[in-house]
Amino acid sequence: MLFRRAGIFHTSYEADRALFPIPADRWMIIGLLVLAVAAPLYMNPLYLSSYMLPWLVWTAAALGLNLILGWAGQFHLGYAAVMGIGAYSAVHAQRAGVPWEIALIFAGITAAVIGIVFAFAALRVKGLYLALSTLALQFAMDWTISHVPAISGGTQATLQAPDIRLLGWPITTDAGLYYVALAWCLLVTIFMLNLRRTALGRALVAVREKDYAAAVIGVNSFYYKLVAFATSSFIAGVSGAVLIGTFYHAVTPEQFSVDVSIQALAMVIVGGLGSIIGSYFGAGFILLMPGAMNTFISWLTGQFGFSLSVETLAHLPHALYGALIVGFLLIEPLGLGKIYGNIRDYLMVWPFGYVKK
Amino acid sequence: MDLLLMLESAINGGLVGLMYSLVAMGIVLIYKSSSVPNLAQGSMVMLAAYVVLAFAAGLGAPLWVAIPLAIITMFCIGVGIERVALRRLAGRPIIMILMMTLGLEIFLRAGAMTIWGGTARPMPLGISDDPLFVGPLLINRAYAIGAAVAVAMFVLLALFFRTRMGVVLRAISDDYTAAWSVGISVERGVALSWALSAVIATVAAVLWASVQGVDQSLALLLLKGVTVAVLGGLDSIGGALLAGILLGVVEGLASIVLDPLVGGASRELVDAAMLILTILLRPHGLFGRHDIERV
Repeated sequence: MLFRRAGIFHTSYEADRALFPIPADRWMIIGLLVLAVAAPLYMNPLYLSSYMLPWLVWTAAALGLNLILGWAGQFHLGYAAVMGIGAYSAVHAQRAGVPWEIALIFAGITAAVIGIVFAFAALRVKGLYLALSTLALQFAMDWTISHVPAISGGTQATLQAPDIRLLGWPITTDAGLYYVALAWCLLVTIFMLNLRRTALGRALVAVREKDYAAAVIGVNSFYYKLVAFATSSFIAGVSGAVLIGTFYHAVTPEQFSVDVSIQALAMVIVGGLGSIIGSYFGAGFILLMPGAMNTFISWLTGQFGFSLSVETLAHLPHALYGALIVGFLLIEPLGLGKIYGNIRDYLMVWPFGYVKK
Repeated sequence: MDLLLMLESAINGGLVGLMYSLVAMGIVLIYKSSSVPNLAQGSMVMLAAYVVLAFAAGLGAPLWVAIPLAIITMFCIGVGIERVALRRLAGRPIIMILMMTLGLEIFLRAGAMTIWGGTARPMPLGISDDPLFVGPLLINRAYAIGAAVAVAMFVLLALFFRTRMGVVLRAISDDYTAAWSVGISVERGVALSWALSAVIATVAAVLWASVQGVDQSLALLLLKGVTVAVLGGLDSIGGALLAGILLGVVEGLASIVLDPLVGGASRELVDAAMLILTILLRPHGLFGRHDIERV
C-alpha cells in the first residue's frame, strides 16, 4: 500500500546502491527528521530533556552494542563498563581543561583501548564463556572505577561534569543539549546504515555466521573481531560521555553498573538483533516502560480502589520488565524490529497478501 | 604476616567456599542436562529464602516444617520455569538462552521484592554463636554446618546418580540425541534437573539466609556460583565442590593480604579475576569435559 515497489527501476549503480530505494521510506525518514529537528518548537521542555534526549543517546549506545552483538555475533555483558570508561575519561579531560569536542574523542579512544581488552577474551573463547568473561570484566571495571580515588574521586563520590561547550559556544539550553544528542544519534545511525554495505560490515556478518567458514573464504576473523570490539567500544565511550555531558551532568559509578549492562542488552534484544530501527524501538521501549508502567499501575489502583504498598510499587515495574524480556524471547525473538518488518512486508504486497516476496 | 591468622581464614574460607558450591551445584546440574547456563540461580536462591520465610511467618509453621514445604514449592517452581520459559528455547542460539535466564533473574528477583518487600529480615536456624575452637583456630559454627550440609548434598547427589532416574539424567547429559533415540524422555529429564537445582537452591538459601539474613543481596551469590561452576568445570558436580573450597581459600587469603591495601571489599575483585583467569587459561575448568568443536 504505502511501500510501492512498482515503477522503481534501478538504471544506474548509484540508484541500485541507494540507502532507501523505496520512496515511501525516504519520505518517512524526511518527515521524521523534520519532526526531530523541530521538536524543541512543539514539545514540552520537560519531555524534551527527560524523555527525548536520553532516548536518543541510549539509541546511539544500543546501536554500538548491536554492532558487536547483532553484526559480529560476539557477546558483550560489560557494555556499561565501557560506557563508564568513556564517561569518566571525558569528565576528567574536561576538568583538566580540554575542550569538550576533544574530550569526546579522547573518551572514545580510551574506551576503544579498554574494549580491546574485552576483545582478547573474545579471541580465546566464544559463546557462553565469552559472555561470562565479559560479565566478570564488568565487575572488575566497576570495582576499579569505584575503588580507585583517582578515577571516581573516592568511594561513593559524585564527580561534577563541567558545562559543555562546542566550538567555543556554551551549550546550556534544553534545546541545545537535545541537538547535541540528536547529532550524535544521527551520526551513529548513518554509520551503521552504511556499515551494512561495506566490506567491513559483510566481513563482520561472515564472522557472526561461522568464524571458521569466514576464515575459509579469506576473512581474518581474528582481526575483524578486534575491529568490531574497538568500534563498538568507541561508540560506547562517546555515548557514555554524551550521556553525562547532556543528561546526567555528574558521574557516579552506579550509572554504569552491571544492571545497566543488562538494560542495554535488553534494548538490543527487545529491539531486534541486527536491526537499526529496532534499536530505536528497543531503547525507547526499555527507557519509557517503567514510567509508563507506573502511570498504568496508579491508574489501575485508582480505577479499582485498592492500594499497593510503596515497596510493591517500586519493584513491580522491574518485575514486569523482566517478564517482558522473557515474553519477547518466547513470542518474537527477533524483537520489535521484526514486528515492524512484518508490517512493512505486509503493506508492501497489500492487497495481494498471498504474494511471496 | 601471622601464620595462624592465615590458616584460620583459609579454613573458614574453605568452609564458606563449600557453601558457594551449593549454589554452583544447581548451575552445574542444569548445565549438565541441557547445556543451559542458568544465570537465574542466584535469584532462585533468594526466592527460596523468601518462600521459606513466607511459610514460617504466613502459616506460623516452625522452621523444620517450613523448609520441607518450601522445598516442595521450589520443586514445582523449577519444573514450571523449565516448562514455560526454557523448553521452547531448546535449540535456539545461546544468546537467546542467556538473555532468557537474565530476564528470569530480573523477574524472580523483582517479583520476590514486589510480593514480600525489600527489608532485610533474619532467618534464625538456632545455630549458636558460641565460638568453636579447633586447637588454637576459631571456626565459624554457621559456616561449618553449611559446609557439612554441602558435602552431604554432594553425597546425596552422587547416590541419586546411581538410581534409575539418575542414570537417565546421566544419559541425557552424555548425549542428548542418543538418549532420545533409545526412548528416554529428554524433556522430563531436563525438567527434573531444573526441579532438583531449585531444591538445592532452597538448601543453599536456608544456610545463606541464616548467615546474612534474607534480602536482595542473596541474589548476588550468582557471581560466586558462576565462578565456582566454571572453575570446577561446568559439567562436573565434584568439580564444583573442590572449586568451591579453592575459591573460598583464595578469597580468605586474598582478603587478608589485599583488604588493607585497597580499603576492603576485595572479594568481588578476586571472584572476577578467578573467573577471567579460568576462562582464559582453562575454559573447560578443572574437571570439565573438554568439548571438541566440529567445523
